[in-house]
Amino acid sequence: MSLRIDQDHSRFRNIVRGRIRENLRKYISQGELLGRQGKDIVSIPIPHIDIPKLRFGDKQQGGVAQGDGDPGDALSGSPQDGDGQGKAGDQPGDHPLEVELTLDELADILGEELALPNIENKGKSAIVDKKDRYVGVRNVGPNSLRHFRRTFRSALRRQIALGTYDPKRPVIIPTRDDMRYKSWKTEEEPVANAVIIYMMDVSGSMGDEQKEIVRIESFWIDTWLRKQYKGIETRFIIHDAAAREVDRNTFFRTRESGGTMISSAYRLAAEIIERDYPASQWNIYPFHFSDGDNWSVDDTLLCVDILKKLLLPASNVFCYGQVDSPYGSGQFIKDLKEHFSDHERLITSEINDREAIVGSIREFLGEGK
Amino acid sequence: MAQFALKTALPNYLRDEQKRIEGFVRGVGLDIFPTIFEMLSYDQMNEVAAYGGFPTRYPHWRWGMEYERLSKSHEYGLSKIYELVINNNPSIAYLLEGNSLVDQKLVMAHVYAHVDFFKNNFCFKMTSQGRDQRTGDDIRKWIDTMANHGATIRKWANRIGLETIEQFIDACLSLENLIDPQKPFLPKETSPSTSEEEELPEPQEVPLLRVDREYMESFINPAEFVDSQKKKLAEEAEQAQRFPTEPQRDVLGFLLDNAPLQRWERECLAVIRAEAYYFLPQMQTKIMNEGWASYWHSRLMTEKICDPSEIVDYADRCASVLATSPGQLNPYKLGIELFRHIENRWNRGQFGKEWDECEDWGLRRHWDRRTGLGRDKIFEVRALYNDVTFIDEYLTEDFVFDQKMYSFGYNQRNDRWEIESRTFDDVKNQLLTSLTNAGSPIIYVVDANHGNRSELLLEHTHQGADLRLDWAKEVVKALCRVWTRPVELHTIVDEKPTALRFDGKDHSQRSL
Repeated sequence: MSLRIDQDHSRFRNIVRGRIRENLRKYISQGELLGRQGKDIVSIPIPHIDIPKLRFGDKQQGGVAQGDGDPGDALSGSPQDGDGQGKAGDQPGDHPLEVELTLDELADILGEELALPNIENKGKSAIVDKKDRYVGVRNVGPNSLRHFRRTFRSALRRQIALGTYDPKRPVIIPTRDDMRYKSWKTEEEPVANAVIIYMMDVSGSMGDEQKEIVRIESFWIDTWLRKQYKGIETRFIIHDAAAREVDRNTFFRTRESGGTMISSAYRLAAEIIERDYPASQWNIYPFHFSDGDNWSVDDTLLCVDILKKLLLPASNVFCYGQVDSPYGSGQFIKDLKEHFSDHERLITSEINDREAIVGSIREFLGEGK
Repeated sequence: MAQFALKTALPNYLRDEQKRIEGFVRGVGLDIFPTIFEMLSYDQMNEVAAYGGFPTRYPHWRWGMEYERLSKSHEYGLSKIYELVINNNPSIAYLLEGNSLVDQKLVMAHVYAHVDFFKNNFCFKMTSQGRDQRTGDDIRKWIDTMANHGATIRKWANRIGLETIEQFIDACLSLENLIDPQKPFLPKETSPSTSEEEELPEPQEVPLLRVDREYMESFINPAEFVDSQKKKLAEEAEQAQRFPTEPQRDVLGFLLDNAPLQRWERECLAVIRAEAYYFLPQMQTKIMNEGWASYWHSRLMTEKICDPSEIVDYADRCASVLATSPGQLNPYKLGIELFRHIENRWNRGQFGKEWDECEDWGLRRHWDRRTGLGRDKIFEVRALYNDVTFIDEYLTEDFVFDQKMYSFGYNQRNDRWEIESRTFDDVKNQLLTSLTNAGSPIIYVVDANHGNRSELLLEHTHQGADLRLDWAKEVVKALCRVWTRPVELHTIVDEKPTALRFDGKDHSQRSL
């Protein structure tokens, strides 16, 4: 049964997706995209568009509540304003929603929200996986694979043919010949393998907020690509003036200080690819996040060189995300744009604040490469 | 909604239950409209709730947004709507299919108390659409009215295009809260007579003090005084010239009467305004209304309706409705406790001069004059108060202490929300502030010919809290859309008087 609300609902969905009423998009509250990361569970807010009204500023007005605590104690969570339009006694309270989803569902939602296309496989089939599939029935086999229905059916058929079947007393006794067993075939499946190489600038100019942005963004990228490829691998590289490979934890926690030589990271990435992930068999996704403040022009030229010769030819797409930092000059993204103005495998994106993460993910993954 | 007409009738066992409960309800003195219960499946319930209870409302994306929120929270088991009742005569209430019998009974009792409140509270009188000549019944056919609104907007959407209509409605919705809560109680304005024969007003003399002796003239009416009187007169004349003559709080009404609107715009704006006034009383009496309903469901359930085997389920449900959480006021809890508090005080005679002047704590604790007026008092209170006056009059120091109430605010230095105070005055002030004008800032239309350029000037009566600036700018823009000429809003930002202006193209902001 179609509901009347469906029209209004699909209109709302279209606004959220930005298909209609562009001017309303700025009122959509994104909330915090990332809730919890452990154990495949994450919380996701529900899109909400506020119609602007004359209201008091957020933190201008306090409120009243009941419960324990002394003056000066912090309140857990942030207080919620009452719902603007009061309806006479309906739902109990207007609590923020925390919906628990699996990562798979989450990736679906992400894909839907950002209108991300599915990724086109490079068509690499050098790696094959063997898989057993039950496809037929045969007369011999182990008892554990006995096919009950087929066995029963052939016994019934035999008994009817012999005239020993009595509908009034339907007893069916299978003999050795009636036995049927499931049989399998081994099939070879091409596997699309993918590796994501995350590179992050951890030089002194990258602050905690910048790293947090990188963390949130790479989490979402990870979620999406994992949905697209089974058996995805991730490698992490951090760099300041020198690059080294680290584990996931270190990647997000480290704060170094010192200069920035982006070429060091690119060189290491190229080495890893050459050693472990032959480009003919792997879908390769290098992501590099930095505040765009490279040490010298020479080093930038070196980066361009490595990109041109090694990284870009091997990658499905090379993504460079530049976060805004108070110290950085943000020059690197301009240099990249200059050298690779229309390179189809290089995507650059500026991530100025948390709000920009969504747009940036769309830029990176929006082309389905 | 043909689809509802088919399958929403109550099953027999609930109809019997309804009859029984209605008997109890009338028995305790609640005065109700006839009430129709309908049974909805969860998606129907989400739909109806998204429409604010009216399945026939005008098309708009925000119902869809609400629907998504409700369905998702239902699907993930986060919350569900138990009941929904609308202020209409007969009142319509929706029950959720698949709820347990205890829940359904609870909802019915709760709903009946809401209906009593709709019928008797003075704020809701403004939703009355007249009286039936024959029976004298209050006419409230809001279901029909809302359906008509829906038809009006659909009609224009078909003619002009949904996109255009929706954009205009969004602009109107930005102004939705700019209405005058006192409007229904003000005397009707008499339209100025426009007859040609009206005499010209006599040129007014400057009012001076009476002087009996001529030589005293310059002492009794010195030149400065004469000047000031002249100035006053001139000001009054100017005031009479001004439009509107008095600042107008019903901004929507003012626009409706005076903005150069096309017919479709006028009709859309009228719909938004009518619905805003319809929902206003529910915002003005949230605490009382929920408190009253909770008070009665609790009494009726425990004293009359519940089977002993159901009492634990009932208590569990009731406790979750009345639960409090930090930083969030639960109107159900505050309302029910305050009604109980009032009933208790009037039962024990804890009111009047003697009580107010008694400062002996021990005496006050055990004060009991056995007056037994509690029941009458709460019925009186439910009829004559709204949230603001309810809190103002009946919130007491003892109550604030017993209920562990506190006020909270944002501490800039610690960057967090903190409990600020537990003293009676602070809590009461904070509570009243947040309830005043249903939590909206107070805005007046001051001048419709600002700068003699037929620009609209509005003024925000600043009461300590600044406006949310980015939104205020959007609202000024929406005003400009309706007024069609530049619009200016005077407010205070960071303690500086400031004008926000939108001239049709650009926003500007300047200090005054």
